[in-house]
Amino acid sequence: MNFYAIRAIYRFEMARFGRTLMQSLASPVLSTSLYFIVFGTAIGSRIGAIDGISYGAFIIPGLVMLSLLSESISNASFGIYMPKFTGTIYELLSAPVSWAEALVGYVGAAASKSMILGALILVTARLFVPYEIAHPFWMVAFLALTAVTFSLFGFIIGVWADGFEKLQIVPLMVITPLTFLGGSFYSINMLPPLWQKIALINPVVYLISGFRWSFYGVSDVHVGVSAAMIGVFLVACLLLIRWIFKSGYRLRN
Amino acid sequence: MTPIISIRGLSKTYASGFEALKHIDLEIRRGEIFALLGPNGAGKTTLIGAVCGLVRPSGGSIHADGHDIARDYRAARTKIGLVPQELSTDAFETVWATVSFSRGLFGKPRDPAFVEKLLRQLSLWDKKDAKIMTLSGGMKRRVMIAKALSHEPTILFLDEPTAGVDVELRRDMWEMVRGLRASGVTIILTTHYIEEAEEMADRIGVISRGRILLVEDKAALMAKLGKKQLTLHLQAPLAQIPAAFAGEPLELSADGNALTYTFDAQSEATGIGALLRRLNEQGIDFKSLQSSESSLEDIFVSLVREQA
Repeated sequence: MNFYAIRAIYRFEMARFGRTLMQSLASPVLSTSLYFIVFGTAIGSRIGAIDGISYGAFIIPGLVMLSLLSESISNASFGIYMPKFTGTIYELLSAPVSWAEALVGYVGAAASKSMILGALILVTARLFVPYEIAHPFWMVAFLALTAVTFSLFGFIIGVWADGFEKLQIVPLMVITPLTFLGGSFYSINMLPPLWQKIALINPVVYLISGFRWSFYGVSDVHVGVSAAMIGVFLVACLLLIRWIFKSGYRLRN
Repeated sequence: MTPIISIRGLSKTYASGFEALKHIDLEIRRGEIFALLGPNGAGKTTLIGAVCGLVRPSGGSIHADGHDIARDYRAARTKIGLVPQELSTDAFETVWATVSFSRGLFGKPRDPAFVEKLLRQLSLWDKKDAKIMTLSGGMKRRVMIAKALSHEPTILFLDEPTAGVDVELRRDMWEMVRGLRASGVTIILTTHYIEEAEEMADRIGVISRGRILLVEDKAALMAKLGKKQLTLHLQAPLAQIPAAFAGEPLELSADGNALTYTFDAQSEATGIGALLRRLNEQGIDFKSLQSSESSLEDIFVSLVREQA
């Protein structure tokens, strides 16, 4: 076990995070604040409570997820794409580092960053809307699992991408729509019956539903189903990454 | 003594179908400077990449210090440092941070004293807190060398270390490489500057089109293939080589002012004495004479040409 390598990669990635603090933290916090002002305070005051929760409080878990997903993906995909782009990846490939160790370093750092961000958004939200967390342990567990899973997914995108355009396309064209349609701003139960069924294809529905359950004890789908879905996605990402390293896909000639 | 690197039957065919390496057998001796010489596209970088883990071999086996580089990659890679040809650095990192990162990546605990020594050796100590993007090209290359040496490897690969480097820095680089060898590091460098191989190497391997054409001690190679030439600048130009010298290895320059005699420098009887006497008898007088030895470059060019 090359512990020193894991630490080196983790520190390197966190240092990059420190250098781009404005971009990494300030802009997601700002955009989340804007959501609260517009949807929570301004429009939300005219929308009735959903499942007995005021609209401003209802959207908090969804907003955290929205940032968590996109930041996890962009942090992790950048982390592995940049060395490929600048050519410094040669060092990782020639180092006595196993794929699992490299992954713990890169994905660990990306997930850490997005969890810091998630915590910051929750703190920011508290300034606008009072809320309680019914199941703090599960809240943290969902936050961590989601951050890790989507950092893994971002890592895959970073390996796959061979240009900055591809790096942006999945978060922009896939993740953002899935999150908006996944119940960030509404309960799936508010949809017509047919659309409720269709919505269940969207994996983000399960993430937001489970996360919201940890706050308010109410959910669109059973919390066990939510946890299982995240688990399935996590394992799928791990298997894909294992294949990437074993086959050398887009990393080794 | 067992070789420090042993390559057997190594081949590499890229997905495009291009055969970059064709059944390479090569052994590198412990503690030597080995120069791998070849034209662009000969397979030098692919060969290094295969040993260091950047390229997946299509066939064959590689051992580094007794460790199979695929099965026992941790042990093998810990022994190896690589300075690639391209200047790939993390522009926003400081020199100190990037070298410390490399050391950790290769599984070594932090050792500020060692990193300091390394940076001082490479004249980078003043720049330890500078961002890499602010450094000159020559300094960046030294940073890459510092990174490659940060985990105290016993084998160092230098891929075209002096490509695009000015003369002074090239001398420094050679000095540094000699110093490394003195400290027990085995060095494999690729180059297409013959001068560099001639200056530095203990042994030379010539690679062309994915095949190793020869591996030889530099001195033996020069002696074996080295030809000497004696050029006589004549008092009066000749229209042609006199009939008396037919069959001799003589050449007349186009203007008829110089005669060139080629001989084997290693042979006991070079025939120079006899030649000069006979020229005298024929009444051919000369102003001056000069002898020259064929360089590695001539040898190299003729080898690669034979193959083509």
